[in-house]
Amino acid sequence: MDAKQIIICRCSDVTLQDLYDLFEEGYTTFEELKRIKRVGMGPCQANTCGKMVQWEIAKYFNQPLEDVEFHNMRPFTMGVKLKSIKESAEDEE
Amino acid sequence: MKNKKELVKQADIVIIGGGISGCSIAYNLAAEGQQNIVVIEKEYITSGATGRCGAGIRQQWGTKMNCMLAKKSVDFFEKAQEILEYDGDVEFKQEGYLVIASDEEEAKTFAKNVKLQNSLDIPSRVLTKEEAKEIVPHLNTDVVHSATFCPTDGHLNPFTMTDAYYKAAKRLGVEFYTYTTVESIVMEDDIIQAVQTDRGTIKTSIVVNAAGGWAKDIGRMVDVDIPVYSENHEILVTEPVETMQGPMVISFSQNIYCQQTPHGAFIMGRGDKDMPKGYDVSSSWKFLDEMSKTVTRLLPPIGELRVIRQWGGLYNMSPDHQPIISGTKHRKGFYIACGFSGHGFMLAPMTGVLLSELILGKTPSMPMEALSLDRFDGKEIIEMETSVV
Repeated sequence: MDAKQIIICRCSDVTLQDLYDLFEEGYTTFEELKRIKRVGMGPCQANTCGKMVQWEIAKYFNQPLEDVEFHNMRPFTMGVKLKSIKESAEDEE
Repeated sequence: MKNKKELVKQADIVIIGGGISGCSIAYNLAAEGQQNIVVIEKEYITSGATGRCGAGIRQQWGTKMNCMLAKKSVDFFEKAQEILEYDGDVEFKQEGYLVIASDEEEAKTFAKNVKLQNSLDIPSRVLTKEEAKEIVPHLNTDVVHSATFCPTDGHLNPFTMTDAYYKAAKRLGVEFYTYTTVESIVMEDDIIQAVQTDRGTIKTSIVVNAAGGWAKDIGRMVDVDIPVYSENHEILVTEPVETMQGPMVISFSQNIYCQQTPHGAFIMGRGDKDMPKGYDVSSSWKFLDEMSKTVTRLLPPIGELRVIRQWGGLYNMSPDHQPIISGTKHRKGFYIACGFSGHGFMLAPMTGVLLSELILGKTPSMPMEALSLDRFDGKEIIEMETSVV
């Protein structure tokens, strides 16, 4: 299948071909890919695409999967409304 | 996979730090014809404060120096895509900064600032709270006294803007080494000889310290005491939504900045006066609690948006909250660009221009005394920037 047709990150609409292009340009770590193409930075926070990105880096550069660093995971694991955070903060006061 | 090409053995200039300041300095030097430039970055490009910043571009400052640096930087940003021949999008959105005055006293200071800004061709103006609400309809005017607005301020993508400098510098021959840590600077008879990294040594006589949050540590390597410190400033981003807010909304007294990026997400941050000095960039519950209270009071509908991520980054604070872009009297060949106090991204074009002029011995585009390291030598602070979140 054409790499342009394979979507890796559906939040930020990044295809496999986009990753290949970035690899060729010299962006070879998950952190670099994230920042240039927003891969893994959408509402799912790489919960969907994270493993696929790691796998594609490993395959492309012929590295063992465990040698490819996963991206730095930050809070949150799922979206929470600002209003809800405010209400719970006020409840605790 | 980390790109670790072999290190060069010698360079005319070694720049420490692959944030936007380092990339801008490298580009400007190379564009002036300087060759044999190396940039050393301990992680990846934009891994420090640049990639963690609020992505705002502001010209509404309280000191003449900050106004001039910001105005000239905006002039560059407007043409950056073409000048740097960038194939991506730097996402420069000039829909203004709305600076909120919470009371009479703040309004008076801002009116004075607007006069200063106008005298330097910055098109800011004072607004009533009703006029402010026309620009940002979801503004809660109950907690607003008045505002100032500059339509040419705005948003810029820190990653792609830095990438534009990085790629332009690379095309001009600059060598970048990422995932490479500077361990020491070798001196002999007080003269800089080389930069020692975890991957080898590069002989050089000129070192540029653009290390952002770690600039003080780099200064120590050559016994130059830089009077700066670093502190964590936290920030969060929401899910992307349809366009609903043009300008950045910022209040120093309410401690908030909040803007919608062209991509749709809202970015917002605030400072914490109890934050200890240091290199910690972790995320806290306290920030989330305070941020959510502040934003829902000033911009109530934003409360409906979901936070998807939070993070922290280092402000490198100088004593007068203005940058240090300078050589050093007692250490020939050692140059500094740090102490941006949270605004290194938006001032980076002038950082690059001025420091490259200084290094190459050219006449500077503007007077640089107020940016020099010497200005703190046992002297009282002449002009303090207070427009900082």
